[in-house]
Amino acid sequence: MTTSSVILVLAVFGASAVEMVEALTIVVASGTTRGWRSALEGTAVAVVVLAVIVGAVGVPLIHIVPINVLRVIIGALLLVLGLGWMRKAILRSSGHKAIHDEDAIYAKTVEALSVTGEATGDSLPAAQGKRRDAVGFVVAFKGVFLEGMEVVLIVLSLGSSSHRLGLASLAAGAAVLIVGLVGVVVARQLSEVPENAMKMSVGVMLTSFGVFWTGEGAGVHWPGSDVAILVLIAFFAAVTAIAIPLMRRALPGAKAERENRMTATFDKAAGR
Amino acid sequence: MIGAIRKYTTAFGRFWWDFLVGDTPELFVGVLVIIGAALALRHERAAAITVVPLLTVAFLAASTYRARNRA
Repeated sequence: MTTSSVILVLAVFGASAVEMVEALTIVVASGTTRGWRSALEGTAVAVVVLAVIVGAVGVPLIHIVPINVLRVIIGALLLVLGLGWMRKAILRSSGHKAIHDEDAIYAKTVEALSVTGEATGDSLPAAQGKRRDAVGFVVAFKGVFLEGMEVVLIVLSLGSSSHRLGLASLAAGAAVLIVGLVGVVVARQLSEVPENAMKMSVGVMLTSFGVFWTGEGAGVHWPGSDVAILVLIAFFAAVTAIAIPLMRRALPGAKAERENRMTATFDKAAGR
Repeated sequence: MIGAIRKYTTAFGRFWWDFLVGDTPELFVGVLVIIGAALALRHERAAAITVVPLLTVAFLAASTYRARNRA
């Protein structure tokens, strides 16, 4: 397996895992509130639809669109995704944005589903029984489909630009399977997943791939070919590592806190 | 029938608008500038491999700074 294949697998696996944690939160909320049968059916149908999209769009994409045009488009998509994720992760790590809270999303979804059940006169014990529940099905389907679309875009982008659609699909499938198994074991403890750190790492990888493929598609030849991806990953990881403390210093109150700390140190040194 | 087509076309367009532009139009513009720079500098290898990653960092910094000010 080449270096770029390993990075591709890591990037697709990481991105799919992050998105699937978000989807799983919705599925678990739907399952416990409206019944597992409908939630699992909604999930299964969404996964099948997403797989069909990969097959229907990805395979012709590789054969019809000229490779350099494809690489520029894909590089742009990866840059949009990667920069967005890096930006969000930096803001969260530096305290400018609240950390993604799976517990809050779970509670919100359960509350919304409970209200819907009461409004439709569909009592929850009845909904949790063996018969099908349309609300539970739709919520699970939408959750998995919408979160999964981002995974599909990443699989199509990384897979088709390097002609490794099968490998990218396998990596995404493995992530879905592993997150699903972990979800069964830990059930509602999805907030324990270090989502922000994962999002940051994947954001760095997607941005690096984006810069690499945009350049390659435009006709720029990177030194060392695929090895340049590793250099770009190291560069963007360093940028992120520098950006977080800088952004933390800019937090409201951080300046006053620093001044208080300095005053306390001077007072202590002066014996006051 | 036409109503349904219009509904799905609107939903499709909205998905791509939210995905590409959303609340970070500066990143979308940044990506277009990065592509333009890569195309313009494709024959100047040293300049291209320096400018393209640096431009990416510049747009990331600008977008993060904008978000910080809006928070």
